[in-house]
Amino acid sequence: MKRIIGIDNLAVAYGEHLVLKDIDLQVEEGERLIVLGGSGCGKSTLLKSIIGLTPIHAGRIEIFDAEPAHLPELERDALLRRLGVMFQYGALLNSLTVGENLALPLEMHTDLSPALVEDIVRTRLHLVGLDQAYALLPAELSGGMRKRAALARAMVLDPEILFCDEPGAGLDPVTAAEIDHLLLTVNQSLGITLIIVTHELLSIERLDGRLIMLDQGEVVFTGTVAQAKTSDLPVVAHFFNPGASRP
Amino acid sequence: MAEIRSTDRGILFSGTLTLDSIAALETQISQLLHDHSVTTLQVDLSQVTAVDTAGAVFLHRLPQIGRQVGKDLTITPLPTEELQHFYTFITAAERAESIPPTAVNWLEQVGEQLLQSKERWATFLYLMSDLTWAAIATLFRRSGIRRDSFADQAIAIGSQGLPIIALILFLIGAVMALQATAQLRKFGANIFVADLLAVSLTRELGPLMTAIIISGRSGSAIAAEIATMKFTEELDALQTMAINPLRFVAVPKLWAMLLCVPLLTIMADFFGILGGTFVAVAAFDISPQAFIDQVIGSLFLKDVLTGLIKSFSFGWIITIIAVYRGLEFSGGASGVGQATTASVVTSLFGIIFLDSAWGLLFYMR
Repeated sequence: MKRIIGIDNLAVAYGEHLVLKDIDLQVEEGERLIVLGGSGCGKSTLLKSIIGLTPIHAGRIEIFDAEPAHLPELERDALLRRLGVMFQYGALLNSLTVGENLALPLEMHTDLSPALVEDIVRTRLHLVGLDQAYALLPAELSGGMRKRAALARAMVLDPEILFCDEPGAGLDPVTAAEIDHLLLTVNQSLGITLIIVTHELLSIERLDGRLIMLDQGEVVFTGTVAQAKTSDLPVVAHFFNPGASRP
Repeated sequence: MAEIRSTDRGILFSGTLTLDSIAALETQISQLLHDHSVTTLQVDLSQVTAVDTAGAVFLHRLPQIGRQVGKDLTITPLPTEELQHFYTFITAAERAESIPPTAVNWLEQVGEQLLQSKERWATFLYLMSDLTWAAIATLFRRSGIRRDSFADQAIAIGSQGLPIIALILFLIGAVMALQATAQLRKFGANIFVADLLAVSLTRELGPLMTAIIISGRSGSAIAAEIATMKFTEELDALQTMAINPLRFVAVPKLWAMLLCVPLLTIMADFFGILGGTFVAVAAFDISPQAFIDQVIGSLFLKDVLTGLIKSFSFGWIITIIAVYRGLEFSGGASGVGQATTASVVTSLFGIIFLDSAWGLLFYMR
């Protein structure tokens, strides 16, 4: 397997407050990496640092053997086109229809004919089960539909890596399971590498990828779901069995 | 990169059929098919090395493109199992038949607009009475007004709004004096510019200009804040905690506005007269003492009081309209923008309407 993301000694701070420290991480092509941990442990910050939304304090992040932070603007844009991001609340543009939301990156980055753009958009919407939502505005969608639309938009440029921030947050268990199933499908059928930030136990078990657990800004565990469940580390044990007494 | 070329039996695709290359293929394919002498063509994909979603969708569309130029296409499988699996997985979605909108005749449209407008007016009037009553009732409650929120709003509306109001009214006063003196001096009545300034500013221009500036500056901010709170479900959260969100959020704003707009109007009158005095003294050789004496002599208590009553009512209507427009918000970020714009436009109408009503009441004989 080829390494597509490499993080060395990463530190991120908000003002004086160090949110992430000493993070070392390698992500291989086609894998499912699940970043987990309690609220405020730095999961979303790690994801935002990798995709360049949050500036890093120290260390190095390489994606496809290039450091996005040091790339010229055009090369950085080209690299970003190889990534897809599904935001926690969808972040769909509310003034555009779902179809227009998905078509936007295609229209901005390619010279495809409108008919082909529409077909690609409809194909993506079909993949996430939103065939009827093409002409709807985001405000007319339910929470689950918004997440599906966000997933479809994140995948519309055929990214090689898909980042998902809390894909199941705020959804009912059935819809959350459907979203997880979709993520598994895009990983297994399309070969897209997944980096998923979540703290939903059911979701972690369903996605069954490699776990890294953060606690107070540091990686405290790396391994499989099965290994995490039998881990002696108090933080990990408490996370997977929250009913037990705190470490 | 991808290439297509004609062969004896049909069309040969080679290279990578991906997002970057499809646009070029799209422009070539129709011509190539059209120019081919054979009617039933084979699309040979044996030399394709990569396919992404755009490529797969393009391949799915090929038979349709062929039919448009009168050709029948047979597509061979992709060379590897992996590519074929991907191609099969990407199933081109059927274009849903769009349902034409039901035709509505103009009479129905007018009727619907009237009904909607009736509902909007009912909601607005209910909000007006409810908020006014809630503001009065707050004075008699033990807990009173939320002082922190009231103070924050008073600072935002009053002290932070003062510099812009002072500057604008100073300039308006100066320009008025300049224009009026130019006419009055023809009759040797320069000094009466003081009367004109004092009466017009205290009765009309001071309250009106202050209200217009405040509706743009603070009314829009109130509408945006309430719209955003609605969008982020903060108002719903208050409701679930058994707190009336409207009263909780809007009453301190209403009291701050009722206090600050009249105070700002007094300052606006002062700076307007100051601007006029400056021009009269500097440009038309009127002594400051004579100008000020003339101003004081021309003013009646009624002039100042009617101006203050007007400004009090302007503050009230600006807040009510801003809250109403904020609550009426729907949609996302653009909805917030629409709410603020609507708040300012409706406030301007409300201010002018009230100004006319007060004018008729106070000065019609």
